[in-house]
Amino acid sequence: MSIWPKFSIRRILNSNSRSYNGTVIALLLILLLIAVMISISVGSSTIPLQQIISAMGKKDLTSKTYQIIRFVRIPRTLAAILAGSSLSVSGAILQSVLNNSLASPNIIGVNSGAGFLTVLIGAFFPASLFLTPLAAFIGGLLAVFLVFFIAQKSGASRMSIVLSGVAVSSFIGAMTDTVLTLKPETAIDRSIFLIGGFSGVTMDRLALPAAFIIISLIVVIGLSYDMNILTLGDETAKSLGLGVARLRYLFLGLGALLSGSAISFAGLLGFVGLIVPHASRFLVGYDNSLLIPVCALLGSVFTLGCDILARILFAPFEIPVGIIMSFLGGPFFIHLLLKGKKGKLYD
Amino acid sequence: MIRLYKVSAGYNGIEVIKNINISFSKGTITTIVGKNGCGKTTLLKTASNLLRPFRGEILVKGKNITDMSRKELAKELSFLPQLRNIPNITVYNLVMHGRFPYLGFPRIPQKKDKLVVSNAIEGMGLEDSIEKNVSELSGGQLQRVYLAMVLAQDTDIIFLDEPTTYLDINHQFEILEIVRRLKDMGKTIVMVLHDLSSALSYSDRVCLMDKGEIIIYDTPQTVFESREINRIFGVSSEEVLVNKESLKQYVFYVKD
Repeated sequence: MSIWPKFSIRRILNSNSRSYNGTVIALLLILLLIAVMISISVGSSTIPLQQIISAMGKKDLTSKTYQIIRFVRIPRTLAAILAGSSLSVSGAILQSVLNNSLASPNIIGVNSGAGFLTVLIGAFFPASLFLTPLAAFIGGLLAVFLVFFIAQKSGASRMSIVLSGVAVSSFIGAMTDTVLTLKPETAIDRSIFLIGGFSGVTMDRLALPAAFIIISLIVVIGLSYDMNILTLGDETAKSLGLGVARLRYLFLGLGALLSGSAISFAGLLGFVGLIVPHASRFLVGYDNSLLIPVCALLGSVFTLGCDILARILFAPFEIPVGIIMSFLGGPFFIHLLLKGKKGKLYD
Repeated sequence: MIRLYKVSAGYNGIEVIKNINISFSKGTITTIVGKNGCGKTTLLKTASNLLRPFRGEILVKGKNITDMSRKELAKELSFLPQLRNIPNITVYNLVMHGRFPYLGFPRIPQKKDKLVVSNAIEGMGLEDSIEKNVSELSGGQLQRVYLAMVLAQDTDIIFLDEPTTYLDINHQFEILEIVRRLKDMGKTIVMVLHDLSSALSYSDRVCLMDKGEIIIYDTPQTVFESREINRIFGVSSEEVLVNKESLKQYVFYVKD
């Protein structure tokens, strides 16, 4: 039985679907552009838009304004966009492929797996920090396969997937805590990593994860129609000629790669992978061909917006973006649980 | 059309169907009947390549299915399972999913796909429901939408696993009449039914199974007269004519 809520704002607005979808995408692009401009402008020192344009035009490396924009604000803005889009799309993939509206990178174990290997590299191989995206990917992938394996052995119900995700996450989380406790001098900042945030991100650290994320997003968008077929159920999808097992593993791998790459530079950001896919479905419905691009855009806007809030709410002090996200994500998750109280979320 | 030769299959290494030899002819309705757990659905899933047999061969139009690609096979045979996920999409989009085997990358439906889908929607009388969400439909409507999807898949062979289960009696007959129309279109239908009376009334051939083996596979009249159904289910039966219209019906009952 379907576990997805049955509403769509499109029905409420009773609009022509093509022009409605176009409007949503255009609005999100405009919002993203505005958020990018604000993100580059605000921080410990506010830089007006005109000054930004002039500094970027001159490219004067001795100018403090240019240095702030070029080496602090732009990498931070890009990091928020990349992390937001990748974690959101990863959540959408996991929710579709596992047919579970509660699935998200952090609930299904991907975050903890990616986080553990990232911390391990930071603690024991600080000279190889550039390998963290790869380590985060492998960690995320191993965790999600472990969760999937346990869930299958215990009946593969939606409930068993969530429960095995909680168990695996808890176990791996304990291992991460052990490493961070025993090696407090680890190259990765403990609190920033656990809560998640974008301060101190450099272009060098972004390059490899950015490549992974962009390639994965292109592949996922290319395969989004096949993801629609997969949501019909294994037998129907197989009967339609889809290589179900192969595709499911490919999507799980892509989900792990997307979230693992984001975690490698942004830390364990909570809930973005859960909130954004649901909000995107509310906006454009359930067709993955449209949902995935909207998820990527909305995830970018949401994460960048949270990061801007994190910078200005208690200025001049800054709080990690993960805290803002969890403040928003927690109540949303409870709302989902309450909405599913008639057994819709569990089988 | 499709032939199973010495096929054994099951789950987790345990044989559920044993040494099955059977063939289904073009343009016929075959119904598989038997008690719960006798291997009806396993036979259907094996024949439609959803379950890999432990032993034996399955030939579709003379070609071994192991030599066919997934998409090639999906153009020859379709399978409608009893239990399905109900997606949150429109009727039109679900029926369009039936064209998946024909869509090349990047999965954009062509004119022909749209035409086939329109015909399937029309054929199932769903013209007024194309914008409706599938998750909001009643059981009977939902079954018609899935049958439209199968029709859009445009295969010569259609497997239906208990297509009338959970439906009201009027919808059961509606679905069986649709199955009859599919046969008239030249399709080969193989289905599992629990209702013995419908199985005998609507089929060209009936396959009675017990404990993973075929007990009898013949015309409904021959299967009925063999009394094997009575023996396996432990029931009695009568052949009756309804309303003096010479409409033959089969009644099964338990004798005190």
